[in-house]
Amino acid sequence: MQPINILTSIAAPLPLPNIDTDQIIPKQFLKRIERTGYEDFLFYDWRRIQDGPDAGKPDPTFVLNKPEFSGAQILLAERNFGCGSSREHAAWAIAQFGFRAVIAPSFADIFFSNAGKNGIILAALSEAEVQTLIERCTANPKHRITVNLEAQTVSDEQGFQAGFPMDPFRKHCLLNGLDDIGLTLLHEDKLNAYESQRQNAFWLDPKPLNA
Amino acid sequence: MSTSTPRTLFEKVWQQHVVTEPAGEPTILYIDLQLVHEVTSPQAFEGLRLSGRPLRHPERHVATVDHNVPTTSIADRLVIADQIANAQVGALRKNCADFGIELFDVQDADQGIVHMIGPELGLTKPGMTVVCGDSHTSTHGAFGALAFGIGTSEVEHVMATQTLPQSKAKSFLIQVEGGPNGSLPAGVTAKDIILDIIGRIGTDGATGCVIEYSGSAIRALSMEGRMTVCNMSIEAGARAGMIAPDDTTFAYLNGRRYAPKGAAWDQAVAHWRSLATDPGAAYGRELHIDATRLAPSVTWGTSPGMVTSIDSSVPTLDQARSEADQKSFARAYEYMGIRPGTPIQEIKVDAVFLGSCTNGRIEDLRAAAKVVNGYHVAGAVRAMVVPGSQAVKRQAEAEGLDRIFKSAGFEWREPGCSMCLGMNPDILSPGERCASTSNRNFEGRQGRGGRTHLLSPAMAAAAAITGHFTDVRSWNFKS
Repeated sequence: MQPINILTSIAAPLPLPNIDTDQIIPKQFLKRIERTGYEDFLFYDWRRIQDGPDAGKPDPTFVLNKPEFSGAQILLAERNFGCGSSREHAAWAIAQFGFRAVIAPSFADIFFSNAGKNGIILAALSEAEVQTLIERCTANPKHRITVNLEAQTVSDEQGFQAGFPMDPFRKHCLLNGLDDIGLTLLHEDKLNAYESQRQNAFWLDPKPLNA
Repeated sequence: MSTSTPRTLFEKVWQQHVVTEPAGEPTILYIDLQLVHEVTSPQAFEGLRLSGRPLRHPERHVATVDHNVPTTSIADRLVIADQIANAQVGALRKNCADFGIELFDVQDADQGIVHMIGPELGLTKPGMTVVCGDSHTSTHGAFGALAFGIGTSEVEHVMATQTLPQSKAKSFLIQVEGGPNGSLPAGVTAKDIILDIIGRIGTDGATGCVIEYSGSAIRALSMEGRMTVCNMSIEAGARAGMIAPDDTTFAYLNGRRYAPKGAAWDQAVAHWRSLATDPGAAYGRELHIDATRLAPSVTWGTSPGMVTSIDSSVPTLDQARSEADQKSFARAYEYMGIRPGTPIQEIKVDAVFLGSCTNGRIEDLRAAAKVVNGYHVAGAVRAMVVPGSQAVKRQAEAEGLDRIFKSAGFEWREPGCSMCLGMNPDILSPGERCASTSNRNFEGRQGRGGRTHLLSPAMAAAAAITGHFTDVRSWNFKS
């Protein structure tokens, strides 16, 4: 995982609540067995004209198709971003497209976890703060936002300043690009002790020997 | 902590699985069972290979194929025409063989949707921790297990360590009281309870929480109904849903393949009985629902929270609770091709899907068959039944339900996730409107441009017969 700390970028506003992972990456791209190559499938249907003679062509009105937002590393959305399916493909697609942070009033639990494992900062600000940023970035696509993970702040050059909550351990992992599995295995002695202490608890075995 | 402090079901299961609580880090929680399927596992197995890590406990992993397999015939499933899907199933076969995981493959008598076969085989038991790379893992909470969906990095984490770093969720009690003996009004089912809850609290109403469902209406539900309720906990944003194990749970489990037998069974039941929430235990949040006031529900929009009752109408913009909801409503009207104020019963359907991990169990098929019996599917309606598992399919065929469905014009398919998420060929065409017993009505969920309305099996069956949403409470049953 790529370490991340301070990020300054233009931001793509997607002012909708409850953006679900089916929209972030539609099902047909979940058949692949690779972990990379998802960038072109991000918001696949929303990026395309759905009907009429131009069906299937890029929809020029969709924010990620607008040249002025090209290169944005920050995505702005409304509450409950990432709800629905547990597909980590959603986090892969967002990261591989080039986003390193999503700013929204709230995030769904499983997406929140998946994003953390893929070096994406999720900054939860208040509804009003997010609206301010959405308005500024919509009015001026060149408007730059800074996300500072260490300080847990979001700011801009017009005096906007807001803090966001961040679990200290998650922050530590993001700052250092740490692999969770390796960290857990540092506690392997505890794990071995736990397993031997409950080895007679057959009711916790999927396939107990006395079945 | 003193043992006399009253604890909730969730706290008890949590505490029994704490491996260690390292300072400044999340709790390392032991995972008893990981269920595996073809879609969210290949990158996890690949991660193990790349890091040279072994899979710690193959016997705590069980795999099946469900998401992308065709439902038309066994032959169509053995070699899938879609080469990418075929390669994904092939990867699962190889991975399970390489890492020593039991796999219930397409032709196996125990194949089925991952959340169907765990309970059917008795793998899922009270007090366990169960995970799967699938958000509807919450289903298993119906047994008093702590069960939740995870992403692929976490799937790999469990494969390597049999644990997950977890922050403890908040507890949320939802108490549902029914009539005498917990009874529900006629025509109201477990599906209507959970849709009503989601409608009330919203799709992020339980974010960060583990819900415990209790109350007379929950106690009176069968295990099938309890699984339907817990299944859709994720649609309310919850990390998991749980129901305390009781005699209904034990009766369901007793005799299943992986349930303890003989004296061990009695010992297990004694342990399981101790899991129920202690009197006086406190929850972070509580919600009380009077189920005697419920009516059959139908979703009208593109989020499971956009739900109303069969005897009402599509809500108007001024009924939205916030400005953000208004924006969502407006977008949903357009996507769904539906006008605010339209009576639900005037909405016509093109397709009907009966199945999924929400409502693909035997009780669901019985309820639908009872409505269908003696009738035929309306005009151009395309209706299909996809049993959730081979076991359900066999049972339904033994009861003659397949004949009722087929003679009414339904297709009778092989088990899998099918049109719930449309990863296989079972999808809606753009603009097609479907009455579906599944769990999500997101844009494009059942196929690009498809319009999904969620409802109970009996309600879906009634819509198939009349061609529009119909109040099953006034159905003329012919059986």
